[in-house]
Amino acid sequence: MKKIVTAVLAAALMLTLAFALTGCGASETLTLNVYNWGEYISDGSEDSFDTIAEFEAWYEETYGQKVNVNYDTYTSNEDMYAKLSAGAVSYDVIIPSDYMIARMAQEDMLLPLNFDNIPNYKNIDSTFHGLYYDPDDTYSVPYTYGIVGIIYDANVVDEADATGWDLMWNEKYSGSILQFNNARDAFGTAMYKLNIDVNTTDHAEWDRAYEALMEQRPLRYGLVMDEIFNMMEAGEAAVGAYYAGDYFTMVDDQAEDVDLQFYYPDPTNYFVDAMCIPSCCEHKELAEIFINYMLSEEPAIANAEYTYYASPNTAVVSSPVYIEDMGEDVLEVLYPPMDDFSALYNLYAYRNLDQATLDYLNTLWENVKIN
Amino acid sequence: MKQSVQFRKGRGHHLLLAPYSVWSALFIVVPLVFIAYYAFTDNNFAFTTENITRFFTTKSNVTAADGSVSEVRTYLLIFMRSLKLSVISTALCLLLGYPTAYIMARSSDRAQKIMLTLIMIPMWMNFLIRTYAWMTILQDTGILNGLLSSLHLPNIHIIGTESAVVIGMVYDYFPYMVLPIYSIMAKMDVRLLEAARDLGCNGVSVLRRVIFPLSLPGVLSGITMVLIPSISTFYISQKLGSGKFFLIGDAIEGQYIANNLHFAAAMAFILMLILLVCMYLMKYFTNRHLYGGGEA
Repeated sequence: MKKIVTAVLAAALMLTLAFALTGCGASETLTLNVYNWGEYISDGSEDSFDTIAEFEAWYEETYGQKVNVNYDTYTSNEDMYAKLSAGAVSYDVIIPSDYMIARMAQEDMLLPLNFDNIPNYKNIDSTFHGLYYDPDDTYSVPYTYGIVGIIYDANVVDEADATGWDLMWNEKYSGSILQFNNARDAFGTAMYKLNIDVNTTDHAEWDRAYEALMEQRPLRYGLVMDEIFNMMEAGEAAVGAYYAGDYFTMVDDQAEDVDLQFYYPDPTNYFVDAMCIPSCCEHKELAEIFINYMLSEEPAIANAEYTYYASPNTAVVSSPVYIEDMGEDVLEVLYPPMDDFSALYNLYAYRNLDQATLDYLNTLWENVKIN
Repeated sequence: MKQSVQFRKGRGHHLLLAPYSVWSALFIVVPLVFIAYYAFTDNNFAFTTENITRFFTTKSNVTAADGSVSEVRTYLLIFMRSLKLSVISTALCLLLGYPTAYIMARSSDRAQKIMLTLIMIPMWMNFLIRTYAWMTILQDTGILNGLLSSLHLPNIHIIGTESAVVIGMVYDYFPYMVLPIYSIMAKMDVRLLEAARDLGCNGVSVLRRVIFPLSLPGVLSGITMVLIPSISTFYISQKLGSGKFFLIGDAIEGQYIANNLHFAAAMAFILMLILLVCMYLMKYFTNRHLYGGGEA
């Protein structure tokens, strides 16, 4: 008896393997490989809109053909870049950040988009056209944008001190200040504070930022990335810089004796993440249809609500549903009044650094860290 | 039983081994070759030893707590700091793990199963989550200090210190120390211990002259399995050390982000070589201790 069971199990295993290897044989099913940041799409959890499943259903209904979306995630632009440049993978749609788009376009790793297949591009607000990383709008369609702000615990920090980057260097809050645990963002805070161009190639300017970070060292609680959520919510630390959208996640979970507040220092960091088609793409038209779908009203609103990042999509920003769901307080923070986003963005966003500057920055960062 | 003995003698086992051989060639040997290749080439894939010399010669200035500045060799300093933390963690794992394994091996079958399960259960959870949980326990407003406060005891500041990192490492790698030692001890012939007693050994001598030498292979693989992952960890030190510790794993990651894959590979390569030499020396001395000879 035992032998029979084993034999049946073994046969079943072989069959599954065979199917997995031949892709189930159903030849008319298309496959679309999407590669995105983790937690960066409405995925159906907690009754939200399941973007991938809805796209598959919509596509079959519209085109009479089955499509299967393989959805993978990465945790940094550099990881994604390394995987794509090593080859041996095939992705149809990726959503990198601005500076990485510039670098990939320069290295011929992106394909020019056919906007005939992306009519919903009309939904993108014109202020997001022609940004530095893609001046002729050839390779990318903006997905989200964000602005770095400072989060503080109003039960610890005096309102009067809560202004500009100086709060992160204020000795009164020694031991309660959080700094980014990655080179570019940490140096960014010091450079915005000192009014230095964050994309400078002048080593002396980077040295000044380094001095500022060393000056801040005795005041810091530590260097953190996503631990900042835990630390701010629990009242473990009182001051830290992070993205506006994430501030609301912290407020939702803050402890009783914590009162988190938020403001934008000036100048600060602006970023845009945009959808692109890498050169390893196998189904370009399908990828463009997917991008177009992501720009249509329902998925765009669902994703903006899920990620809590600001949307460059006019169909989202003007939607009464979105406005009601998010609430006035949230929208006020996510969409601060700005004269001209693209001017501020082109001035203060991170750009792709040349290798010599990147090396210099990394050496300074190692010095910050071993001290 | 008979069947399996015959089977082992036949040629079929080569075939059975094939999937594993292919697997290890693809996923172990090929990556290692790539690391070595990257370590000895520059950005244009021309041969160079510059990456290796850079590891040993790069210098920077470190300011001590009293304000005095001294010049250090950057990567050697980082390596020594990583080594220090991992040696402390490994020693603590051994100190806690050895008696645990001994007690387990000497318990009833039922108790052994329960203890084994208890040691394994934490491993069913992702280690990132386990490390995060320690953050919540150890931080100033955390569970540990909450407990101390409710007992009217003074709070302790432990997060962001060396102790927090060591606690995290010992917790995460403890099973890797206990399990190999336990599996050796469980197989140990009780009659040997009885014989030692009969021949006049006292308790301490039995442990020192019989149990410990017999369990050495388990201790050795335990040390290997804790030391190697703990020397290259960066996650535990980042989370529990509040980003204040810069270990060799962080340095490799930093070079990777800065697009210096070749130097990152060189660091990984050197780390691997140093560990291999350590392992070899350890094995050499253990064998000499066990058999009086020097054969590996």
